[in-house]
Amino acid sequence: MALIYTEEQEMLRDAAKGFLSDAAPVSAFRALRDNGDALGWSRDLWAQMAEMGWAGILVEEQFGGLDFGLGGAALILEEMGRNLTASPFLSSSVIAATALRGASEDTKSNWLPKLAKGEAVIALALEEGVKHDPSAVSMSAEKSGNGYRLNGQKSYVFEGLQADGLLVLARTGGQAKDVDGLSLFMLDANANGIVSEQIKLLDSRNYANISFDNVEVSGGDLIGEEGAGLSMLEPALNAGRIGLSAEMLGASLACFETSIAYLKERKQFGQIIGSFQGLQHRAAHLYSELELVRSAVLKAAQDFENAPEHAAMIASLAKAKSGEVAILAANEGVQMLGGIGMTDELDMGLYMKRIRAAQELLGDGWFHSNRFARFRGF
Amino acid sequence: MTDLEDFRQQTRQWLEENCPKSMRTPMRSEADACWGGRNAKFISEDQKNWLDAMAAKGWTAPEWPREYGGGGLDKDQAKILKSEMARIKARPPLQSFGVWMLGPALLKFGSEEQKKRFLPPIVRGEIRWCQGYSEPGAGSDLASLQTKCEDKGDHFLINGQKIWTSYADQSDWIFCLVRTNREAPKHLGISFVLFDMASPGVSTKPITLISGKSPFCETFFDNVKVPKENLVGTLDRGWDIAKYLLTHEREMIGGSGGSSSASRSLGEIAVLALGANENGELIDTSLRSKIASAEMDGWAFLLTMERAKDEAKAGQGVGARSSMLKYYGTELNKRRFELMMASKGLSALQWEGEASKDGQLARQWLRTKGNSIEGGTSEVQLNIISKRILGLPDPKVV
Repeated sequence: MALIYTEEQEMLRDAAKGFLSDAAPVSAFRALRDNGDALGWSRDLWAQMAEMGWAGILVEEQFGGLDFGLGGAALILEEMGRNLTASPFLSSSVIAATALRGASEDTKSNWLPKLAKGEAVIALALEEGVKHDPSAVSMSAEKSGNGYRLNGQKSYVFEGLQADGLLVLARTGGQAKDVDGLSLFMLDANANGIVSEQIKLLDSRNYANISFDNVEVSGGDLIGEEGAGLSMLEPALNAGRIGLSAEMLGASLACFETSIAYLKERKQFGQIIGSFQGLQHRAAHLYSELELVRSAVLKAAQDFENAPEHAAMIASLAKAKSGEVAILAANEGVQMLGGIGMTDELDMGLYMKRIRAAQELLGDGWFHSNRFARFRGF
Repeated sequence: MTDLEDFRQQTRQWLEENCPKSMRTPMRSEADACWGGRNAKFISEDQKNWLDAMAAKGWTAPEWPREYGGGGLDKDQAKILKSEMARIKARPPLQSFGVWMLGPALLKFGSEEQKKRFLPPIVRGEIRWCQGYSEPGAGSDLASLQTKCEDKGDHFLINGQKIWTSYADQSDWIFCLVRTNREAPKHLGISFVLFDMASPGVSTKPITLISGKSPFCETFFDNVKVPKENLVGTLDRGWDIAKYLLTHEREMIGGSGGSSSASRSLGEIAVLALGANENGELIDTSLRSKIASAEMDGWAFLLTMERAKDEAKAGQGVGARSSMLKYYGTELNKRRFELMMASKGLSALQWEGEASKDGQLARQWLRTKGNSIEGGTSEVQLNIISKRILGLPDPKVV
């Protein structure tokens, strides 16, 4: 398969570019932040995206989705990254939609049509510590009648505040850090015993700490086999990691293009500062790194659909590489803009904050380079 | 489609009948390569037969037109030939700067007469060419070259010196950049000429590198007479040809940076040398994370080469991207060899003796230091990216 975008993908990208730069530019995100909006994203805007089919982009057609593939979703996320668009797209339409592929027909018909219409937002309640670690789960799911009873805490759940559904990884056996004994559940977020509390992070998006106190779930809410939750969740995590990589690529490009434009306009010592080699070489190096990121993200999305045997390794490659380069792009952005790059009035800082968060979510560069090394046998 | 399938079948059968068994084994060293030329030394009868058979088909230069001795294949057919040769692990029948560099330049800029005269002997491997570009005073600033070429009425007279001329001491002819105009701006006074290395006044001297023996030479021209019909293209406009060829060269050198998924990874080499813990992870954890980073960049780089090719095929992409690939690939290769040296520790220091194949690793490591200098330094590539891709203004030259 050629390592380029298909015609359909190019069309989707153009549509996303046009729509987002028009309806959800950085100024829209800035307004949400300045108003202290707890939801962190606009329901109106989300409804419009759903109208275009984005909410169900990965959902099978029989449940009202487009079944367009992760390559398309990644292009939307790249444009969202470029515009700092806040939405539940990554959480609901990429991660949850992928995880639900392994659910029972009942669970699917219960959730997927609503998800595809954008009417239900689903968040992934996974982390319990401060670093991404899918096996470090202590939250318990004890057998109770035909179902389970859930007890424990989940933290840093993105889009977890006011979510309609929660994907929860809990322990039905073994101990924290055991890969086995984890089970994946699809919960109604309004069930008795669930309490969500907003946490405010530097990127002004929607995050919650969620506690579960004797929450009763039925056996039908289990996704896949009991004890096999981590392997059920794995493809969804990889889809999310590729999605975050694409978002960081878009954000990096925005930083880079802003920096280049400034280098062509700012004068010091009587000359355009873009004529200084000290800056030119750094810009050219960053350009080269961004080319590598694009290749990795494109390949990761292709392999996710067509070569599942490589998908996990390439997803780690994409997440590690895009994170490293995004941090470079944001740092160079602030440095090249100089003093004004440090001001809140300019957008560079907003990108730097979002990049810091996106780099941390679902595994940072160290996590993924470690994982890549294991896949490569060392 | 079926035409191509026919071509594949015929090619497969022809290779089966004509590629000697001994030419279907990997080359053991540089000494197994066949460079042809007037004084060609063949390592075996098989090697000579293999060259002659391929040359007769024009398949040493598969895509050149048949009228100049080439194979006349289109891109798809050439790809099939390549893959069929790879299938039986056939050695390249001929290594040749004539095929890689001079030929493409002559096809684009040469006169009909020059093409007829020079191309067929290249295809047959009869004439070995070298490239006279750099001078002691003209490295990164190649266009400031000073080798003097005077018009003496019925001939040119050439005086000057070239450096880094690969295999000059073993080559039959040279394609050479010379200054034909001292009044014009430096880019507009250069010409591209061809001449016989056996001409009176030509001498060469091999250069020893920090890695040991090398193919590079210094080449001296002392009142060398060159027939005027050996000028390629327009007088004083040789820089256009030089630029065209440099792009070719860049692409060739840049390709060295990636690690193929098939070959043993740097990480596995380190595990073999240093050992792993009970989870199979390299015991030196800081080296491990550096290797992981270089390996990931290697993959992403290979993917970028692949994407560049696919985009070119689809008519997309940026031309100056070869500079990016050259820059990144050579810097990455240096990183990889640093890590390889670290992985092998003291044993990597061996310089002579059978165990280390006479210090093969150490010498390769040292040789990679030249990758980011030859074919345009990393700094020159970054200048090109800044100017041609990013559109940044020229730096003020003091």
